[in-house]
Amino acid sequence: MTTSQFRPGVHPGRLPPADYCEAFADVAPPLTAHQAQVAAARCYFCAEAPCTTACPSDIDVPLFIRQILTGTPEAAAKTILSQNIMGGMCARVCPTETLCEGACVREAAEGKPVEIGALQRYATDTLQASGVHPFARAPRTEKSVAVVGAGPAGLACAHRLAMLGHEVTVYDARLKPGGLNEYGIAAYKAPGGFAAKEVAWLLQIGGIAVLENWKLGRNGSVADLLKEHDAVFLGMGLAGVNALTIPGAEFATPATDFIAHLRQAEDLATVPVGRRVVVIGGGMTAVDAAVQAKLLGAETASIVYRRSQAEMPASAHEQDHAQTHGVRIVPNAAPVAIRKDEQGYEVEFARTETRDGKLVQLDDTLRIKADQIFTAIGQTLGPVPEGLTITGGKIEIDAQGRTGLSHVWAGGDCATGGEDLTVNAVAQGRDAAEDIHAFLMGA
Amino acid sequence: MADLTSTFLGIKSPNPFWLASAPPTDKEVNVRRAFEAGWGGVVWKTLGLDGPPVVNVSGPRYGAIHGPDGTLLGLNNIELITDRPLEVNLREIKSVKRDCPDRALVVSLMVPCDEDSWKSILARVEETEADGVELNFGCPHGMAERGMGAAVGQVPEYVEMVTRWVKQHSRMPCIVKLTPNISDIRKPAEAAKRGGADAVSLINTINSITSVDLDLFAPQPTIDGFGTHGGYCGPAVKPIALNMVAEIARNPATRGLPISGIGGVTTWRDAAEFMALGASNVQVCTAVMTYGFKIVEEMISGLSDYMDRKGLTETREIVGRAVPKVTDWQYLNLNYTTKASINQDDCIKCGRCHIVCEDTSHQAIAMAADRTVTVKEEECVACNLCVEVCPTNCITMRELSEGELDQRTGKPVSDYLNWTGHPNNPMASTSGK
Repeated sequence: MTTSQFRPGVHPGRLPPADYCEAFADVAPPLTAHQAQVAAARCYFCAEAPCTTACPSDIDVPLFIRQILTGTPEAAAKTILSQNIMGGMCARVCPTETLCEGACVREAAEGKPVEIGALQRYATDTLQASGVHPFARAPRTEKSVAVVGAGPAGLACAHRLAMLGHEVTVYDARLKPGGLNEYGIAAYKAPGGFAAKEVAWLLQIGGIAVLENWKLGRNGSVADLLKEHDAVFLGMGLAGVNALTIPGAEFATPATDFIAHLRQAEDLATVPVGRRVVVIGGGMTAVDAAVQAKLLGAETASIVYRRSQAEMPASAHEQDHAQTHGVRIVPNAAPVAIRKDEQGYEVEFARTETRDGKLVQLDDTLRIKADQIFTAIGQTLGPVPEGLTITGGKIEIDAQGRTGLSHVWAGGDCATGGEDLTVNAVAQGRDAAEDIHAFLMGA
Repeated sequence: MADLTSTFLGIKSPNPFWLASAPPTDKEVNVRRAFEAGWGGVVWKTLGLDGPPVVNVSGPRYGAIHGPDGTLLGLNNIELITDRPLEVNLREIKSVKRDCPDRALVVSLMVPCDEDSWKSILARVEETEADGVELNFGCPHGMAERGMGAAVGQVPEYVEMVTRWVKQHSRMPCIVKLTPNISDIRKPAEAAKRGGADAVSLINTINSITSVDLDLFAPQPTIDGFGTHGGYCGPAVKPIALNMVAEIARNPATRGLPISGIGGVTTWRDAAEFMALGASNVQVCTAVMTYGFKIVEEMISGLSDYMDRKGLTETREIVGRAVPKVTDWQYLNLNYTTKASINQDDCIKCGRCHIVCEDTSHQAIAMAADRTVTVKEEECVACNLCVEVCPTNCITMRELSEGELDQRTGKPVSDYLNWTGHPNNPMASTSGK
């Protein structure tokens, strides 16, 4: 049953049922074979290519593009996947404009980089559509490793370990594996259940058992895991969220919960959304929440960020995406209070400016009416095992992913080193696996 | 504005751009469309003996190679001469010539190597009032197996003999079209001249297999599982054609023999290059088979603007102008020294100049951590590879002046010295100056 966009309050079904499919369709539709050929022909096959240097997972971009150009997209996919087993998801969610495509010499030459992300998707989709898993396991080592968290870091680590011949058990707190790929990415970036399909494809390597609904601390400790396994990799991501500490904070809910609910909804028409939505924050999560609220039929959606727009953690590309979907970005406004009124809520913001590098709240205020308020002001590390060093809210690791605890490695968003990106998590998981392997084999 | 009118063997045309004897000139409808589009002349697709026409394959007759962006670079064909009745072609030629008297219309011919065959067809062509004939001694496929086309062009004695018959039995200007499938192009050109040819045209297509079907393991185009070599043309053959044109233009035995340049002409610039090397006009085929007849508009405007910029008023002022600059390697100035010079403002840091120099040449271009590329003059031999692989054309060759220190040799650049007098040449016979 359809309700109006203009009905006050928080309600499901604001769009005609047929419209959801279009609203949440692939944000960047896949390239056709012809489009891929045209795009691939633009690659200059640079020496010591800057795109590869810019890739946190070190994908040999010129090589895989040349493989597409010569009619072997499956070989291209293997080039990608041998560095980044989640190359399919990274092709969809990587901020390529700041990574490979930002470094592309044709960006410098023409302001129009080679479409590396789209080409990567073309290659990996081609291979995965064939159902082929191009990697095989080495002879069994009789070693076993516990991986905590079935997100990009954990699965990349598990896959590499399995490939090297180890037995792996992945322990995950949620009901489905995939981590943020399954629960955190905006629906239109990976439609068609891609995250789940990619996990299923990845697990074809064999030797990986996934144990769901198992939470570190609740169901067992690192010490417990080490009794059964030879090593432990921690890749449980950031389980907590930063909370607002203003009067009325209880009226706001985490944007991550909204996104996860939306991602898991069988029918998007059942996901309630406010007529007027306010998202407090300025990162990718804020953008994903605001845009999806708008796509669900919210009349207005605003992202309110306490610093300037240029300082928003969301990339310029993401900001453009939000604004072209009708999201209003309100910079330089810090939340002060949320009040309930007869039409819903009113969020009061203090205008801000930066003086001498310090954010200062001004006397001017701004009030925005809202039916639904989300917070997207950062995620935090949940409880961690004792004995780990925590730096800047993350588990401290070295270049090989080793933590302060013997036999324990970590990677992904829960660990130090690099930005909180899928591609970075995959690279850390992969590298930790190599180091675990070297350690276990006594190299 | 420059005057593009051209007179070739007394045949006038509004511009020097003709269509070569090929599929685009096989029928009245095509030729009329070409003239409407602005082409100065055509050489009608080769006519053969009267009687049952030749038969073409009914499967694919073209194959091609393409650049990575899909641009057609080379075209191969296994089509034979016209497969329409002689009578039909002659009637259409007459009709077109009557309606388009200002355009050049030359008829290409290929009949067996006996005097009567040539004599009889020449009489029929003369009746059409066509402007001249072109003898197809070039087609390398199909007809050559029957003793015609390239089978004649590869034997200078046959070239001379047939040319002589043609000149004996016809008052029409006679152009001899040469095959490039021969080791020394000067020989058939000399033979044509001896036989009385008024001009030569070149090149015809090159023997080629363009690709192989890796599932069928058969050459492409594939006819019922088999393939045969075809004739190769298009932009890829231009360098071969330019060299052959220049060889004839600078050969004392054929110097002054008019040349119609053929081989990959696609733009006004290609045409001007052929003319500079001695061609009085050019013939085009692959370019129109790739883009249609309209490209002649660009050729006309381009050549005209170029001539205006150069202060040239007639096309014959271009013809042969570069011929004196074509020389033998032994006469090149071995003391002439250049060095690669990179315009950093235009460099996009792709690093290709660096990697090709490092991997395959002289290790003369360094790439810094920030990807800035710089020339190591002490290593640079000025090979030009970096210039050719640079996607933004930001590398040029800087000429060192006489007396300037060459960092590679550690010596100042000295004046002209060629191999004939070089101290390293045990056969040196001159001062090399």
